[in-house]
Amino acid sequence: MATRLTRRQFLELAAAAGASVTVLSAGRPALATTSASGHAVLIDVARCIGCRSCEAACKAYHKFPAGEAADLSPTAWTYVRTQNLRTPRPHLNLGADGAARRTIKTQCMHCASPACASACPVGALRKTPEGPVTYDAGRCIGCRYCMVACPFQMPRFEWRKPLPVITKCNMCAERLRRGDGPACVAACPMQALQFGTRPAMLAEAARRIAGDRRYVPAIYGAEEVGGTSFLYVSDVPFEELGFPVASREPLPAFTWRVLGKLPGVVVTLGAMLTAFEAIARRRNEQLAREKEQTR
Amino acid sequence: MTRRRISPGRILLWGMLLGAAVIGVVRFALGLGSVTNLSDRFPWGLWIGFDVMTGVALAAGGFTVAAAVYVGHLERYRPLLRPAIVTGFVGYVLVIANLLLDLGRPYRIWHPLVMWNPHSVMFEVAWCVMLYTLVLALEFGQIVLERLGRTALLRITHLALPPLVVAGVILSTLHQSSLGTLFLIVPGKLHPLWYTPFLPILFFISAVAVGLAMVVVESYLSARAFRRALELPLLMDLGRVTFVVLSIYLGIKVIDLVVRGAWAYALTPSLEGIFFSLEVVLGILIPMALLSVNGGRSARGLVIAAGLVVFGVVLNRLNVSIIGMLAGSHTRYVPSWMEIQVTLASIAAGILAYSWIAGHLPVFPERKTGGTARAYPLR
Repeated sequence: MATRLTRRQFLELAAAAGASVTVLSAGRPALATTSASGHAVLIDVARCIGCRSCEAACKAYHKFPAGEAADLSPTAWTYVRTQNLRTPRPHLNLGADGAARRTIKTQCMHCASPACASACPVGALRKTPEGPVTYDAGRCIGCRYCMVACPFQMPRFEWRKPLPVITKCNMCAERLRRGDGPACVAACPMQALQFGTRPAMLAEAARRIAGDRRYVPAIYGAEEVGGTSFLYVSDVPFEELGFPVASREPLPAFTWRVLGKLPGVVVTLGAMLTAFEAIARRRNEQLAREKEQTR
Repeated sequence: MTRRRISPGRILLWGMLLGAAVIGVVRFALGLGSVTNLSDRFPWGLWIGFDVMTGVALAAGGFTVAAAVYVGHLERYRPLLRPAIVTGFVGYVLVIANLLLDLGRPYRIWHPLVMWNPHSVMFEVAWCVMLYTLVLALEFGQIVLERLGRTALLRITHLALPPLVVAGVILSTLHQSSLGTLFLIVPGKLHPLWYTPFLPILFFISAVAVGLAMVVVESYLSARAFRRALELPLLMDLGRVTFVVLSIYLGIKVIDLVVRGAWAYALTPSLEGIFFSLEVVLGILIPMALLSVNGGRSARGLVIAAGLVVFGVVLNRLNVSIIGMLAGSHTRYVPSWMEIQVTLASIAAGILAYSWIAGHLPVFPERKTGGTARAYPLR
């Protein structure tokens, strides 16, 4: 469930987030851009007109064959999904013409605590401090546990290749390192995509919601699975747009609760088995001796 | 090694293996998508659900019986030890063979050894399965050494067995439970009938139960195939232990369902409700009834009960990894005939390997010389 706040809380949040960004950038300018939460992209579903320029820019930048995609794939790291609405609502930019549906840019959410990265047995998937969750094909063994683990079903697999790899959006990590934003953001003609530090994007999201009553008072990705680096605001409730209802707790915590106990289990079990073996052996020896005596 | 009987059953088993080999070639020529019905929204299917998840569980007899004999010093179970170790070893080799087919890049299967991610359940499973297969290989090596008549070497390595068995029990406890832990990261995908924080504990307990049940079933089948007498009193004991283990399993499962408020799903006529009920009724309740009423007296009741326990755990693992994951994955999945063929072939490979080993190596205690032992296919 997307975080629900009142409009007043949003205004406060916007002010606080804006203030903290200012303080950070004033005090430690280098850290402000690569802080723990790194960068984020804000996607405004209300503004999106479904022109698919972002999709084309992604394909051009990553040198994939051009053309519109119907789903994510090894050669479509982002695509624009169309969701028909149960109750039509006038579109922010298209008015009555766009009332029947919304178009939603879809890609890896770049979670703050990615389930895929915690699932990967060889550390091929990593959360970088800049924000992107990156994939190292040279490590990957192809077990596909990342695909199982992902709550958003974003990783794709090369099912038709003899020796396949996993594919997903890398948030243009190499562009980010140069100080640029992702290729898709620059291509959006409607300013439905915006790139910046995550606190700044959260503040911008809050500002838009506070400034226009048509927006749903929720930021998808602010707290879902512990927060993501792709954030969404919308004028249609996220459940109606088909966004998965995600817990607020980061998913790696669910498995770590068990994994973290294992060293203790190993030591305890080892000690218990060794002790038990010694007791059982002595009991057997005693029984054998008794048998000999009675004979 | 005199005249080898070639029966239709054996030809069928080898035929299935040949079929799987052809499918294997196609997989490595055209990709996993050309032989399986897997998809981006359903990346794990029958090969992981049955050949890996279930295969590891069914091979659990190796560590339970080894623990009884070497840790508990329950010497009377010794006759069951070697068949159980052979089952375990053959089972784990088959699991790894299947993994090599299913992994995208099987030649990197060793990567977890040098590229660590201690936060990954899969990392832990990979290490445990590799180490435990090594333990089983060393335990199995004892049988080979005896067949080769290397008594000096046998005596030296025998000293290493108790610590090796302790290591094996720890490794098995870890990865049997961790196969359940794997699914703790999908609270949004796995159906509430199976998603529980107790999944690792339930996986471990059911592995113990099915390990024992497999020993009973295999003792029965090999007694028939090799025309040996059944170690009935021993197997009856195992039946009683299995009953206790099943009671604990059922207790935890029921309390967990009630506390989480998920029990009502079991009564709904949904796919999940039906498969869950099948698992509980056929795999737990009926075998428990048989074991408490009949298992103490008749071999037939015991073997049917053990067979049902095996069926129940197979179904449980398939429910967790496939049936319970369908709705949450927003897609359909039915295994392709090639996936089913490979799974059947791995069962065939298990039967062929077990019967060859039982015929050529001193697995059963009373035929230590192994001179007249012949492997006959099951009839």
